[in-house]
Amino acid sequence: MRAVTWRRLAIFTLSLVPFIWIVYLTITQQLGADPAKTIVLFTGEWTIYFLFITLAVSPLVKFAKWRWLIVHRRMLGLFALFYALCHVAAYLTFILGLDFARFFSELVKRPYITAGMPAVLILIALGVTSTKGMMRRLGSNWTKLHRLVYVALLLGWVHVLWQVRSSYFEAVLYGAITALLLGVRLYGYWQKRQKRRLKAASATPK
Amino acid sequence: MLIKRPPRIASSEITPEPIYRARRQFMRQSVALGTAAIAAGAVGGAQAKPSFVAKADVASPPWLRDKIAGAAADTSEINDTLTPYEHVTSYNNFYEFGYNKDDPAKHSGSLKPHPWQVEISGEAEKTGTFDLEDILSKVELQERVYRLRCVEAWSMVIPWIGFELGSLLKQFNPTSRAKYVAFTTLKDTKQMPAQGSAFGTIDWPYVEGLRMDEAMHPLTLLAVGLYGKALPNQNGAPLRLVVPWKYGFKSIKSIVKIEFTEEQPPTSWNISAPNEYGFYANVNPKVDHPRWSQATERRLPSGLFSPNIIDTQMFNGYDEVASLYRGMDLKKYF
Repeated sequence: MRAVTWRRLAIFTLSLVPFIWIVYLTITQQLGADPAKTIVLFTGEWTIYFLFITLAVSPLVKFAKWRWLIVHRRMLGLFALFYALCHVAAYLTFILGLDFARFFSELVKRPYITAGMPAVLILIALGVTSTKGMMRRLGSNWTKLHRLVYVALLLGWVHVLWQVRSSYFEAVLYGAITALLLGVRLYGYWQKRQKRRLKAASATPK
Repeated sequence: MLIKRPPRIASSEITPEPIYRARRQFMRQSVALGTAAIAAGAVGGAQAKPSFVAKADVASPPWLRDKIAGAAADTSEINDTLTPYEHVTSYNNFYEFGYNKDDPAKHSGSLKPHPWQVEISGEAEKTGTFDLEDILSKVELQERVYRLRCVEAWSMVIPWIGFELGSLLKQFNPTSRAKYVAFTTLKDTKQMPAQGSAFGTIDWPYVEGLRMDEAMHPLTLLAVGLYGKALPNQNGAPLRLVVPWKYGFKSIKSIVKIEFTEEQPPTSWNISAPNEYGFYANVNPKVDHPRWSQATERRLPSGLFSPNIIDTQMFNGYDEVASLYRGMDLKKYF
């Protein structure tokens, strides 16, 4: 097998470990008094972790020269979607008991859910358009569309921030990582603009 | 040939839940009473014993263990299913030990609940610092099964061991200026490590308060045990408040100070987020928390595929306290 296939298999398996772990804890009834809440929190946290991992890929390729990583970015992003769908499904089934009327009233009543839902919708849209065929069909719009992942991450962070009750620790940590990942991109954008300006300046003789 | 087919409907679906729960409880209590009778016979006439006793071993001084073992049983009619001991003692908020629900059980080993002293101060004729043993020598312990409704919309049913707060407060002869009672939790980062966290939203020590009539209400309990054993550290050892008609955060844990005051005392959650947590914090399904509904609650333990969601009752179902708030706008004084 080629190295890339091995890597793909390894990353896929590793990414499934949290899912297998929570299923194992559920089956063996080790989730405590409120298993529903534990599962919802766990899958939500892993959604954010996978968004972080996915968005760390291009800086790692650019700065650490981990060029082999870029081909695996799509799978990592799809795992963020996978855990987000688990999160929503667990919330709907285990917390609301599939009471959809209540789901819509909660969506309106609880601002953090109002913030989280569009983030999931964005991830679904990006997942659906992640195939090669879709990339071809969308052309240059594909890149523009997939920049929405930054919005999804910011919404995810707001979703966490608005639930803060007793400690800011997670909100601050996630905020710092989000700022770092988005900051790297802003920096790259700023660098490009500077270069373009310099070029333009040297191109016009005085 | 007659073939008996198994019934397609579970008998639990035919018998209304409260009835079969009550039946089970009756059987359990009969067993407990039977054992109690045998034990009483063996030691020759100890009268009382709590009905619900956990097998767990909670480290506590012998004088306290004996006093708790002799607490008068709760003989009232109980229509709720008790939350199992292991859930009561492993899933709760006690932010002095960490911010996750399992942190208190994991990290409260550093708390030393014995020996323990409580300072009584403020608007009373008798004040001073008293040993817990002295305080408990002047009161009668009893078992009380109470619903506990957390402001986070989950709830439990817990058999506490304690005494009426009012019976203690009276002993200090509060003056006419005593309009409120203020409580303070221990502050000691060595014993309560999470008090040192830089990310917390609460200023330690944790403080709480009640209006005098609320404090004197016979439902208001100071607890020293649960399930027939001393309070485990994570549940607020050695002395905690239990006010069953208010959200759980009013029931302050590991109390080191009780003060009679003329002015309404500050309370921790109210300071932290005044628009979310009021001084009164009465359980009220009609007044939502700004970030979530209070109309329903999940009674724990809650199953995965059949979440145990029930309607929240006004005053958590303790209607006898309604008269305390007659004429008050409970939307304003939430």
